[in-house]
Amino acid sequence: MERVLMKGNEAIAEAAIMAGCRHFFGYPITPQTEVAAYMSKRLPKLGGVYLQAESEVASINMVLGASAAGVRAMTSSSSPGISLMSEGISYMAGCDLPAVIVNIQRGGPGLGGIQPSQADYFQATRSVGHGDFHVIALSPNCVQEMSDLTQSAFDLADIYRCPVMILGDGILGQMMEPVELRRIPERELPAKDWITSGTAGKRGHNIVNSLILKPEALEQSNFDRFDRYKLIEESEALCEEYMTDDADIVLAAYGAASRISKNAVLAARARGIKAGLLRPLTLWPFPKKNFAAAAAYAQAFISVEMSMGQMIEDVKLATECKKPVALCARTGGMVHSPDEILAKIISVNGGNYN
Amino acid sequence: MTVFERPKALSDVATHYCPGCTHGIIHRLIAEALDELDLTGRTVGIAPVGCAVMAYDYFECDMIQAAHGRAPAVATGVKRAIPENIVFTYQGDGDLAAIGAAETLHAAARGEKITIIFVNNAIYGMTGGQMAPTSLPGQITQTSPYGRDVESAGYPIKVCELLATMNGTFYAERVSVNTVKNVRAAKNAVKKAFDYQNQGKGLSIVEIISTCPTNWGLSPQKSLDWLAQNMIPYYPLGVYRDRGAE
Amino acid sequence: MGDAVILVAGFGGQGILFAGKFLVYAGMLQGKHVSWLPSYGPEMRGGTANCSVIISDRPIGSPIAETPNILVVMNTPSLDAFEKSCVSGGRIFVDSSLIERKIVRDDVTGFYIPATRLADEDKLKGLANMIMVGKIIRETGICDSDEMEAALNKIVPERKKNMLEANLRAINLGYISA
Repeated sequence: MERVLMKGNEAIAEAAIMAGCRHFFGYPITPQTEVAAYMSKRLPKLGGVYLQAESEVASINMVLGASAAGVRAMTSSSSPGISLMSEGISYMAGCDLPAVIVNIQRGGPGLGGIQPSQADYFQATRSVGHGDFHVIALSPNCVQEMSDLTQSAFDLADIYRCPVMILGDGILGQMMEPVELRRIPERELPAKDWITSGTAGKRGHNIVNSLILKPEALEQSNFDRFDRYKLIEESEALCEEYMTDDADIVLAAYGAASRISKNAVLAARARGIKAGLLRPLTLWPFPKKNFAAAAAYAQAFISVEMSMGQMIEDVKLATECKKPVALCARTGGMVHSPDEILAKIISVNGGNYN
Repeated sequence: MTVFERPKALSDVATHYCPGCTHGIIHRLIAEALDELDLTGRTVGIAPVGCAVMAYDYFECDMIQAAHGRAPAVATGVKRAIPENIVFTYQGDGDLAAIGAAETLHAAARGEKITIIFVNNAIYGMTGGQMAPTSLPGQITQTSPYGRDVESAGYPIKVCELLATMNGTFYAERVSVNTVKNVRAAKNAVKKAFDYQNQGKGLSIVEIISTCPTNWGLSPQKSLDWLAQNMIPYYPLGVYRDRGAE
Repeated sequence: MGDAVILVAGFGGQGILFAGKFLVYAGMLQGKHVSWLPSYGPEMRGGTANCSVIISDRPIGSPIAETPNILVVMNTPSLDAFEKSCVSGGRIFVDSSLIERKIVRDDVTGFYIPATRLADEDKLKGLANMIMVGKIIRETGICDSDEMEAALNKIVPERKKNMLEANLRAINLGYISA
């Protein structure tokens, strides 16, 4: 199949279209604007809907409405915009509605900056909004995965009836790489018998709702949802293992940071240090098994993040703190150089875990 | 022979509304309109946050419960996904004119082909009687205990007047349900709004001046009197926009 | 040729990103692993612009040309900012009509092309970037003439096909420049 050069943001948009998404609602924000621009160009020609909402608050609720009506719907934004969507995402989780939400992260907090960042890890993996819930958080690290994982995201959302987030960053969104626009085989999807698209007089009314005033019933609905989450954790975690077979020092990194970490792993190996990389493709569910296994052979871990130590908590949890976990952090839009990661590897290899 | 029965679009359940509240009448008017226009099977209603939050249990059509103020955005999503659907929101004054003002204005600006049923009783009901964006100057509420002081709390928002200025608004009418005559006029307005949507016209809104005996601290009868004496003069009834008649 | 780690830098409006796109397409059409990454600021026009292009035989890790072996600079601030980042033995291409000073380092090779002046003289206004590209092709052999034309065809949009000839002329001008 022909490979084309494409920006990560554009690959996300084209992949969504390949996955059957015809409804996109968004609000402009740097550095994700190409997603919206691409959709505004393509969707009208496909009989779909591109709608620029008055805010991220509105756009996520339009996604909610379209999803409730049974179609594959999507929005994309960047960090401050995702904060505004948190209410709507919580409602969608409570209503068990599928949707795909793209976060091309920028530096924060507050208005922050417009350069790439990974500082929304906690937001994506702990809880995007209020209440007990998770979203599935996928982390591509190249334009090809921007395409492939976006398609998977729609399937996961439909299968588990939950919002799925693509957690990218400004580098992945803006960079161009060759991509094969291949259609990922669609998984077996459950029938959508719960949608609110009109009864046609043939069934009782469906209700999409997150209000459950009886605490016993609300608790039970959470229990049920967490049973599903357990299933997701058992069967959907994904992780790339890069030179980990004989690794003494195992780096943990996702997204753009994982690419730079690969340079550092090679540089370390050239110096005789056995370094490797575990790269989660799913941040929630975190690929705990890969990390637990690595804890048996590795001497130490290094969490390489463009944030002040967020994923490191998951690394520690997954390895049950059996081995030291050091942090190699840049933030605010600053990106690691391979050399500074290498320096950290050398330092950790020398027994300095700070 | 039955001479008066429950509209088919209205579910056979008891509502939770307070005695003397006008929500019940308004629900019935919507249900009658859906029955008469034979729309229930392809209608999706959006319930607000506020007293009518559980409206999803009261209508036989498909229903969605929206976050506070977001009903017009949710309705937009449904309508854009399935344009053949008839989509209505049911919103109170806090939901529509305060926290959801942006969603309301922009739905109108876009001319979304939805119907908004706006229940204006000048107070936040469900949370226990706080000042609303439509509370009258001088009106005493839990959070305007000395009366709404426009110097600090600002002026009430006249929603129909505001939306009538927007090109996307196809139909805007303010009605009330305080008298039999007004109930009949309200019924016509609600039916007209749905009819316009069924014809593919732009946004239609029916603002219904209503009571809140519980939080106004008045009997149902006195509430109707207070409405007639205080609210209707401030919020004149009538058609503010009807592009179908222009 | 080994990995090409290219940084193109200048002002917004000089076609920095476009030049990068040409180079990345040229690499892709040769079946190499490639990446292109723009550095962006809040201003749409007139600010500094740079882009990283990496062309490699292996999968690309970091897409950032932190230590380029080909540095292309089209204004003085860019030379000031990036001269020291060039690897030892690397090549620096300087638009000498806009940058008065010479490169300071003696462990890199400098090429001075009065690209902006040449573009103005030859009625190729706005194509100084492609004159620089022509010189890069000459000195690095980054692509042959077939690949060059194919890459140009990819990046010149359909509605601007009349610009194809001018671009070719600009590249040729750079190629033959001293």
